[in-house]
Order: sequence, then structure tokens, then C-alpha cells
Amino acid sequence: MQRASMAPDAAEIVLPAESTPVRPIRQPAGSILYLDGVSVSFDGFKALNSLSLVIDKGEMRTIIGPNGAGKTTMMDVITGKTKPNTGDVLFNASVDLTKMDEAAIANLGIGRKFQKPTVFEHLSVFENLELALKTDRGTFATLFFHLTGPQARRIDEILGVIGLGDRRKEKAGALSHGQKQWLEIGMLLMQEGQLLLLDEPVAGMTDHETETTARLLLDIARERSIVVVEHDMEFVRALGAKVTVLHEGSVLAEGSIDTVQADHRVIEVYLGR
Amino acid sequence: MLLMSRLATLESRRGWQVFLILLVLTIVLVPVLNLTLPPESPFHVPTYMLSLLGKYLCFALLALSLDLIWGYAGALSLGHGGFFALGGYCMGMYLMRQIGTRGVYGNPDLPDFMVFLNWSELPWYWLGFGNFWFAMLMVMLVPGALAYVLGWLTFRSRITGVYFSIITQAMVFALMLAFFRNEMGFGGNNGLTDFKEILGYNVQAQGTRIGLYVASALVLALGYLISRYIVTSKLGRVLMAIRDAESRVRFLGYSVTNAKLFVFTVSAMLAGIAGALYVPQVGIINPSEFSPANSIEIAVWVAVGGRGTLYGAILGAFTVNGAKSFFTGAAPEFWLFFLGALFIVCTLFLPRGIVGLAAQLRNRAARRAIPSTETKSKEVGDAASEHGA
Repeated sequence: MQRASMAPDAAEIVLPAESTPVRPIRQPAGSILYLDGVSVSFDGFKALNSLSLVIDKGEMRTIIGPNGAGKTTMMDVITGKTKPNTGDVLFNASVDLTKMDEAAIANLGIGRKFQKPTVFEHLSVFENLELALKTDRGTFATLFFHLTGPQARRIDEILGVIGLGDRRKEKAGALSHGQKQWLEIGMLLMQEGQLLLLDEPVAGMTDHETETTARLLLDIARERSIVVVEHDMEFVRALGAKVTVLHEGSVLAEGSIDTVQADHRVIEVYLGR
Repeated sequence: MLLMSRLATLESRRGWQVFLILLVLTIVLVPVLNLTLPPESPFHVPTYMLSLLGKYLCFALLALSLDLIWGYAGALSLGHGGFFALGGYCMGMYLMRQIGTRGVYGNPDLPDFMVFLNWSELPWYWLGFGNFWFAMLMVMLVPGALAYVLGWLTFRSRITGVYFSIITQAMVFALMLAFFRNEMGFGGNNGLTDFKEILGYNVQAQGTRIGLYVASALVLALGYLISRYIVTSKLGRVLMAIRDAESRVRFLGYSVTNAKLFVFTVSAMLAGIAGALYVPQVGIINPSEFSPANSIEIAVWVAVGGRGTLYGAILGAFTVNGAKSFFTGAAPEFWLFFLGALFIVCTLFLPRGIVGLAAQLRNRAARRAIPSTETKSKEVGDAASEHGA
């Protein structure tokens, strides 16, 4: 809480005028995710440049931007894979994520789906979901874990949601690309996180699969906050959520899909690359 | 009740049948054939053969322990010979303290080599090893503690793959150099030998040998069941997940460091127990047990048998060591060539070892029968043109 009160003004932003980022003038209170003045550089390359972003509780947000805009780095910072050089990253307006490792952040209720579907290929579909199940994930608790009836039913339920009920016993490695994407979304659902981060959830999917996924996400979004990084504009439009455009590591524009698509800076960035 | 139902799930019904049959054959049939049949009978198992099998059982336990960390968690430890030898030294220290006044110098407290070095009293780290229970505790704790500390340092820093192998290999090499030194107080390059008694029984006696053999078989069976419990638990699936995609497991909220640390420590303890059973059966433990090549050889046993199955490791230990005993007797100069060739053949043609061979042959037969979509496009093309013609 102490950090929360000092966070918004603490970040020092000294930037050339032409790249002044759109800064949300908001307090972290009431937000599920609050990024302020976050910078990350790799060997001098600024992957994130004083990025500020606020996601409200229950909000769905889509994030777009050209290659190298810092979308994946942003996900890495939120999930603890990369530590920011400067800036604040707060979860639920109070928890400082920069001090925690990946496992601790996942246990807080932040789930992540990777750009390249990453399921455990040598485990069955059921076992993949079982690993994602929200429960005590300590080493000894895991060693003596016993699947209860309600937990088994929960897995069955998710299997139904992602349409893999009849493939539960198959190795995840045998699934098609789209099915792996769904399995990974199913794993996110098993985690019962409050905040889900999805990196290109429809990459490599057919149009039909993309539509189904959009419906699935909208359904999920009723109970939790979701951040979707996506290239597919049709998909972004179908989600109908607020859009944030990233460019060179900071926010370039924010608003509805029509607003940002009409923004001349956004057009310039996309056409001029 | 819960434990019993959990135990039943360790193996399929057929698996339990095979397990029990093998266990009975090993602990009942072999000793009976040794004790009851006259030496001229073709079915008589000579005592030297029984001891040799006892040694193999210890190697099998050692291979099993390596499979737990390599086959399941994907971390190839090339230091398991070190944990084995540490367990062996703990047992050796107990056996040395049992010699008492029967040593060459007749000193009731000091082993001969310490008298020879003009030491006047037992070093502090030898205290307590006169007690069997204390020595047995150390057999597990010393390798376990070393694995815990080394594992904590490496896994926490996310050192994986070949770097982990190199670090563990460096560890055994350092241990070997240390144990070669006389000042260490472990008998220098002669090691510990000339044992007389274990728990009051003469280590050379036939009855003691049978006892040690049966103990090795029982401990191997128990070690197998413990390992089986771990790999069939949810933690076992977490380990396999770590093997496949380590960083992904972290984003699910599991501590990869703790999971690996747990299995590495358990594995080192099993290796230590194997060493402790081995030493009284061969009658000596010296620093050559720490030699890096020994640790690599263990990996060969597991690779030949087939990793990630547990029973494959046991099979591999028996196969390779059986071949080694045969070759070193029949054609000693060819053994190393054979070992090298075996490793190459396994790597190239049997990636899943002997246990994978059956599945591989079945797959090939199935593929010949129906050229499925999994076959190479060329083959599919050939098949299609045949249809056309």
C-alpha cells in the first residue's frame, strides 16, 4: 500500500518531445495491473521505454504494435521473467511484482499463454490440465497430491470448454496447432487466475477456430481481467475491447479500435516500418 | 487405506506380477540354488556368482537413482559415482571400526593407516562410525547433503543441460583428488579395506554373503518402489514437464528449483545406499570409485537400458555389467571398444534403449503394413504412384 501511494509521481520521465508517451493519469487504486515508467534495456537497446499502462479489474484489453514494439517484453516483466531497470509494476494496486519470481507471480493468480503454444508434449491432455490446476504447488504437497472428485470434475468441465473432451488421454504432442493453443487456454482457465495474459492466442488458427476463440475469450472475460496481444486485426475487432498501441517500448495511442486505426501516428508506424 | 490404494496404482496388475516374480526369483531361488545343490550340479550357483549378482544389484540401484534425475527431470548428473563412493566410504568407515585389535598394529581405536601415519587419535569426523545405525544414517545424509548444497547452487542459478553435467563431473574429480590425499584421513590411495566383520558376522562367510545379496535385492526393490512412487505422483509429472519445457513450469507456479532439488537429493541418497551395500561385498573402497569415467559409465548403463522407465535402468545395469564380466574374462582387450561401440549404437539406433527396441520394432512393422501420414512424403508418394499404376 505504501508503494501504491507514492507510485504515480515517483517515476522520472525525461524524454524527447517527439516520443512523449501517452501516460495514463490514473491512480493504481482499483486497478488489477499498474505499470508506471517501466524501462528495460538489453545491451543498450531499449525494449521498454518508460512504459505506463493501467488495466482495471474485470477489463479486457488488446495490445497491438509492430514487431519489436515491446509486447512480449512487457509480458516478461509482468510475469517475472525479466526484471525492469526502472519503474513500478503493481498487481491489485498493492503487490510489487518486480520483487517476485515467476512461480510466486503465477501463484498470485497471473496466468500467461505464450506466443508459441507451449504444452507439455509428453504428458496427456488431462495431465497438462491437472498440472495447471489451482492448488498448493509446494514440492511435498505435489508429491502427495491426490486428485479429488470436484477437481476431476473441474478438469472435465474445462475439457468440455476447450473441446478436447474426447482427446483427454492423448499425448499433448499429438494435438494440432490450434488444439494446442486451446489446451494452453484451458491450462490458463485451470489456474483460475485473476489476470490472464495471452500472447497471440489465434496465431496459426483457421478463421473458424479464430471465431470460436474470440467467443471463448469473451466468455472468460466476464469473470477476470484479460490482456491480449494480437496481430490479427479482425480478431481484435471481434473482441471489441479497448486497444493500446505500443511502439518502441512505450504507449503510442489508446482507445477503441476505430479511434486508433484512424490515428495518424498509428498509421505512420504501421505503414512506415 | 489411502496409502494402500496409492501403492496399488504404482504398477499395473501385470507389472506387480512381474515385480513379485522377479523379486522371489532373486531373493529365494538364487540363494537356494547356492545352498542346497551340490557344486557339480549344472544348476548350482557358486558363491562367487552370488557375490557378482549382489554387485550387479548395487549397480542396478545406482542406475535407478541416475534414471530418477536424468530420465525424469532431464538433468544428466555425471557425479553419481561420487554419491555412490561417499556412501561406500561411510560403510567402509564403519567396517574399519569393527576391525578393532585385529589390525596389523593391533590398535583398538585407530585403523592401521592412521597408526602408520603416526596419528595419535581418531579424527572428529570418524567419531560415531563405530555405530552401525549412525553409519547407515551417514550413508544417506552425506551424499544427500552434498547433492542438496550443489543442487541448490546450480538449480537456483538455472544452470541446466551440459553445464550441470560438467559441474557434477568436476565435483567427482575434486572428490577423487581429495580422497587420494593421505591427510584427509580416509586411507589415501589404498582406501579402506581388510574388513573383518559386519554386525558381528564375518564378511567373508558364505552366510554373510547371502545376507548381503538378499539385502541388496530387497533394497533395490524398495528403491524401485520409492522411485516409482515419485514418478507416478503429480510431482513426477512436474519433473517430466520440467524436462520438456522448464521455463513453462515456472509460469504455472511450481518451483523448478525445489522440484529438482528434491529429486536430486533423493537420487543421491539412493546412490549412497547402493555404495554402502557394494563395499562389504567387494571388500574394498578406494578413491578410484570417484573416477569421472565411473560416473560416465553409469550414464551408459541407463542409456543402454532405456531412460525414463526405471526398469530400463535396472536392465541396462545388468546387461552392461554382465557383458563387462564376460568380456573382461574372455577378451579383456576388447571390453573398452565394446563399451564405446555399445554407446554409439544406442545413441544412433536405440534412442530409447533396450526397452524402447520392442516399441520401435512394432512401430516399424505397423508402418510397413499401412503407409500412414506419419511416413515420409516420399514413401507416401511411392505408395500413391503404385495405386495409380
